[in-house]
Amino acid sequence: MEKVAIIGVGQTRYERNNPCSHDEMAFEVTNKALEDAGLTIADIDNSVTCTNDFWDGRTISCMTITDATGSSRVPTTNVEGDGTYGVLMGMTRILSGLHDITLVVAQSKGSIGEPNLITNAIFDPVYDRILGLDAVNSAALQAKRYMTKYGITEGQCARVSVKNHKNAKKNPYAQLPLDITVEDVLSSRPLADPIKLLDASPVSDGACAVILARESDAKRICRKPVWIKGVGHCSDMYHLGDRDLSDVSVLQTAVKKAYDMAGIKDPKREIHVAEVYEAFSYMELMWMEGLGFCERGRAGKLMDSGFTQMEGPLPVNPSGGVLSAHPVLAAGLARIVEGVLQVRGEAEDRQVQGASVALAHGIEGACGQGHCVYVLER
Amino acid sequence: MGNRVSIVGVGQTHHRSKNTECNGQELIGIAVRRALESTGLTMNDIDAVVVGNMDHFESINYVDMWSVMGFGGYMKPVLKVTTGGTTGSAVGHAAFYHVASGLFDVVLAVGWEQNSESDTTAAIVTHCEPLIERDFYGGAIGGLAAQYSMYMDKYGATEEDAALVSVRDRCNAARYNPYAHLRKEITVEEVMNSAYISYPLRLLHMCPRSDGACAVIFARDDKAEAISGKPARVLGVGSSHRSTYLGDEVGLAGLHSLEIAAKEAYNMAGITDPYHQIDVAEMYLPAASAGVSWMEGMGFCDEGGGPEFIRSGVTNMDGELPINPSGGVISTNCIGATGLIRIGEGALQVMGKAEARQVPNVEIAAATGFGGCFWSDVMILGSSKYLD
Repeated sequence: MEKVAIIGVGQTRYERNNPCSHDEMAFEVTNKALEDAGLTIADIDNSVTCTNDFWDGRTISCMTITDATGSSRVPTTNVEGDGTYGVLMGMTRILSGLHDITLVVAQSKGSIGEPNLITNAIFDPVYDRILGLDAVNSAALQAKRYMTKYGITEGQCARVSVKNHKNAKKNPYAQLPLDITVEDVLSSRPLADPIKLLDASPVSDGACAVILARESDAKRICRKPVWIKGVGHCSDMYHLGDRDLSDVSVLQTAVKKAYDMAGIKDPKREIHVAEVYEAFSYMELMWMEGLGFCERGRAGKLMDSGFTQMEGPLPVNPSGGVLSAHPVLAAGLARIVEGVLQVRGEAEDRQVQGASVALAHGIEGACGQGHCVYVLER
Repeated sequence: MGNRVSIVGVGQTHHRSKNTECNGQELIGIAVRRALESTGLTMNDIDAVVVGNMDHFESINYVDMWSVMGFGGYMKPVLKVTTGGTTGSAVGHAAFYHVASGLFDVVLAVGWEQNSESDTTAAIVTHCEPLIERDFYGGAIGGLAAQYSMYMDKYGATEEDAALVSVRDRCNAARYNPYAHLRKEITVEEVMNSAYISYPLRLLHMCPRSDGACAVIFARDDKAEAISGKPARVLGVGSSHRSTYLGDEVGLAGLHSLEIAAKEAYNMAGITDPYHQIDVAEMYLPAASAGVSWMEGMGFCDEGGGPEFIRSGVTNMDGELPINPSGGVISTNCIGATGLIRIGEGALQVMGKAEARQVPNVEIAAATGFGGCFWSDVMILGSSKYLD
């Protein structure tokens, strides 16, 4: 199969209250990605936007950024989901042979909405919403189940938060660069047991863009194409009660597809850096297991060993991850952007030395019901 | 170059105003089961699912996750596409791209809406730009009314011309389509005696809001014939989402995005004389007036020729180019499904499976989607004659 490359990336600085509107943020990242690729908007022949009517507070919310992304002048579509899914849609458009240079833009402004209500609307309107379920307390159920089943400690989860906020200090785009200790995390305000404030990602505003091209175009116009070597996405059951929330077989299924496509047999060694969607600290540990970086239940020990620290053998979230900036929809695309910068060797102070293969991961829905995983290679 | 793609199966609910027996997941379940049954496939044969609706009609966030219950998407790749009224057609196009890319062989497209759960107009109002346009173009009707007003003024079209389209579509639904929501024959006189909703559009010019779902199965061509003896090949796709302010569009009288999207799809399909080459069209006409003023966008008549074209009767079931044998959108409008129903109905016509609403000897069908800010999607489907 023909390869697809990422030839340009752009992201905003992530912050709690970005004074820019949705379209201004989308415009900024579109231009940054174009500049990065050395292209102009005239070179873009189709686009995919990622918006969500709930987060954006507008029906047909893609209209908000159609103009800002230049989508009004080319064939375009809108994925309502994480930016990683938007890139998949972009890939299908290129591989169909009908489109060439594809712009993918995702954005959200968490600051203008009410995240508890917006994420409460994920749940079944008759049976579940009345319980007050939202992103935080549903994740707490998952964390509890995972930690109980595998003996993961709150301290081990806290270590994820300490690591990622520390990594964020070297990422000029991150929202929450923090010098914190395990003790700080453990003593931070409880949100929903066992999740405390510093186990949780912030509310963020931000946008991300990537430009995709087919192999022949990428080689012609791009000095450092990053190849999408593998991709896989997969969905779990909907009702939390129908799932064993500690189970990661849906992520295992998604990533197996990506690894098989990329020819990766031993991810722990062959992946040099991973950017995963850890909306909460425990998620990074669970996703590490699902991604095959360790056996089930061993991620806590792996965390203790420093395996995923910047200086460890497989740094996870050198950018600071989603714990350090969580622009919903753009957050998965930011993982791809960071993965691209890493394998290009352009991640500046957060660069993982010698990284040529990166993994980028996005999630969808409550408690990682859906996953979309990429293997990126220089 | 990507894979050739065909439609192998179509399923839909019996659409109605208020389906109190089913929730949205169950509506999806019925449509998907019917699509699978039409092919002999099971969910095990489906490699990926594309689903779509408009969130604020049912107020369910992350419908791609919620709808897994409806289509049996456990451990399947699922992706959601939402582009307003064009959602259904965009879902169909996305499923086409999924298969054409070579990443997936058999892909299920699902569109649905349970409009009875919402105040439809209140939900649509917020699509307009909040500061400049929301106050006066809010809802789906204002822009369409203004556009037809312009068209009437510019080309001498009348309210009666639009009424002819109402009668055509509503009678087709009543006579031929058991799945349609509004199944009562009407007359031009009844249309003209119905109340104005927004001048020049009257109640019987307008689409209803419906509960319903549609599922369409797309497959790689080399698998398609084995699955369905007579698949409908996707010959062309085109899309134009060119504006974000309604004021930029309604003044054009016709539908410029449709012209762009149709041209793109025609080029891909090799269609040079749409009126003669296309045997049947299933068009997303949200109001009967569009059945007059958008004909030129499809290249079915010259600029300003819409009124004459409709009056001539060529788009009736016994005419040279039947439009909306299903009864179209003014008979059934479960919004997220509506564009996909057009694709499904077009495919059924090509496959020869449209039962009472079958147009004889269909070789090429056109299916359109409309929505967002006067956006258009077009898909051209053809029979096995066009399999190379």
